[in-house]
Amino acid sequence: MAFLSFLRTHPYGLNLTLATCLGLMMFVGLFLGYAPLGVADATQGLLGIGDQRYIYIIQDIRLPRIVLGALVGGCLGTAGAALQGLLRNPLADPGVIGISSSAGLGAVIAIYFGLSSVYAFSVPALAIIFAIGAMFILIWLAGRDTSILTLILAGVAISSLAVALTSLAMNLAPNPYSLSDIVMWLLGSLSNRSYSDLALSGPFMAVGLTLLFAAARDLPALTLGEDTAASMGVNLKRLRLQVIFGAALSVGASVAICGTVSFIGLIAPHLVRPLTQHDPGRLLLPSGLLGALILVLADIAVRIAPGAIELKLGVVTALLGAPFFLWLIIYTRRSMR
Amino acid sequence: MIETRSLSVSLGEHAAVRDLSMKLNSGELVGLIGPNGAGKTTLMRALLRLIPSDEGQIFLDGQEITHDPAHFHAGDISYLPQGQDIAWPLTGRRLVALGRVPHQTSWSHLSAADDDAIDAAMELAKATDFANRPVRQLSGGERARILLARALAVGADTLLVDEPTAALDPYFQLTAMEALKTATQQGTSVCVILHDLNLAMRYCDRLYLLNQGGLVAEGQPHDVLNDANLKKVYHVDVARDAQSGLIVSHHLLG
Repeated sequence: MAFLSFLRTHPYGLNLTLATCLGLMMFVGLFLGYAPLGVADATQGLLGIGDQRYIYIIQDIRLPRIVLGALVGGCLGTAGAALQGLLRNPLADPGVIGISSSAGLGAVIAIYFGLSSVYAFSVPALAIIFAIGAMFILIWLAGRDTSILTLILAGVAISSLAVALTSLAMNLAPNPYSLSDIVMWLLGSLSNRSYSDLALSGPFMAVGLTLLFAAARDLPALTLGEDTAASMGVNLKRLRLQVIFGAALSVGASVAICGTVSFIGLIAPHLVRPLTQHDPGRLLLPSGLLGALILVLADIAVRIAPGAIELKLGVVTALLGAPFFLWLIIYTRRSMR
Repeated sequence: MIETRSLSVSLGEHAAVRDLSMKLNSGELVGLIGPNGAGKTTLMRALLRLIPSDEGQIFLDGQEITHDPAHFHAGDISYLPQGQDIAWPLTGRRLVALGRVPHQTSWSHLSAADDDAIDAAMELAKATDFANRPVRQLSGGERARILLARALAVGADTLLVDEPTAALDPYFQLTAMEALKTATQQGTSVCVILHDLNLAMRYCDRLYLLNQGGLVAEGQPHDVLNDANLKKVYHVDVARDAQSGLIVSHHLLG
């Protein structure tokens, strides 16, 4: 209880604790995997000394995977927290306004038309382009109106259309291999990711996260509704654009790297919200750090799980997230009585 | 000082405010009264440019602001809407601190001056006792006082308040009105929507009586709330205290 109180009251306690746990688990992740390495071997590999095989395993296989996992989780957690603040709704996450499904559709199109076998970058590139394109449509649909309800409805429509088109692509898949590629990609994975994925998606994530963190001052003002927020100097149109584009860039780039990973954007803000005294602005950083921690842990679970077939990352996060989501609905209903 | 000249506002096809001119002077407590649907809240939202006006002009300290976006002049005009929904269970003090948002930049934190303004506003609204409790655990009256403190914490020259006494017991109704009166004595101009006509008579310097979007009467409270106006606008007969002129009971006409 004293530790929880410390996390709640110390200005940096929560963030420092989460950052320490994240750093620790990222390091632990270096020596867990198919090829068992000791702490000494992993450390030497990380420092680029000793056995070349270990250097290759650590620096070219595990390190990019772990760093990308942390970045993806960080983006999903931060975007989820920002969207919940913007929509004033604890059940919001990047899937609600159609970012994830639109990015997924872009990747599926790259796979469906065989672009992925010709240009390796076509999958992440189209995922990002579709995420941004979907957000332009969303803003065009909801742009003339400052109502959050219109925004949610437009997002649900875009999300439904993206899911329908993805299903159509799967339905019309020219052969079982193409269908298998689409399904496997949609299930989410960090296998075989490299620094080139980081180079492609990193700048989009950086811009997206900057936009989201810059909204930290204005999100708490929305606690009292849109009229009061506007009367307090919050430019609602700019805030909506900022959060939507920030989420589109960061989540689109995340989906581009590892496919659809659900529930992180929902779970992470909920777990840390009581420790930030429910402040939507203070929630952003700890949500990002916890999202990163959850994804790094989920990826470690994927790598050390027994069995010949590797579990997909999206399957693990959904298996953890769906029961949590059900509990959340029940809890929210009870607390509203 | 805020002023409107021949302001008209529509909500869809409905003319909610019609050709209304009003003025709120510095250090004055002005009441907006009238039956439900008279256009009081619409007028207040139009003053804040939360809804566009069809015709007429709005001036703040002599400068026209009719077409300025709603988020302009945030530090100059503070607004307390009626029946606010609070999305997250912030503590009382954190909620009051939101009043300082207009004075902060994206990356800045609360300064010592912000803390002083928050403390003073909580003191004025008698909300200090529940500063550290989550607002969802507060009673309706306690919550109303926290929200009033939030509006006061802005430190704006003009304060627009929509039914601040609606959820309050008689003691805190008077406390809220005293807080507004004190704010006017510190130089703030306050425009308050009230349904309690006695509170309006006791505390307001001037009243604007609205009905169906138009101005019926303007002036000293006892002049505006005369029997003829009450019959015409509210359709009630009133009995008054002989000395103070306050309403002791009211009855439907006829």
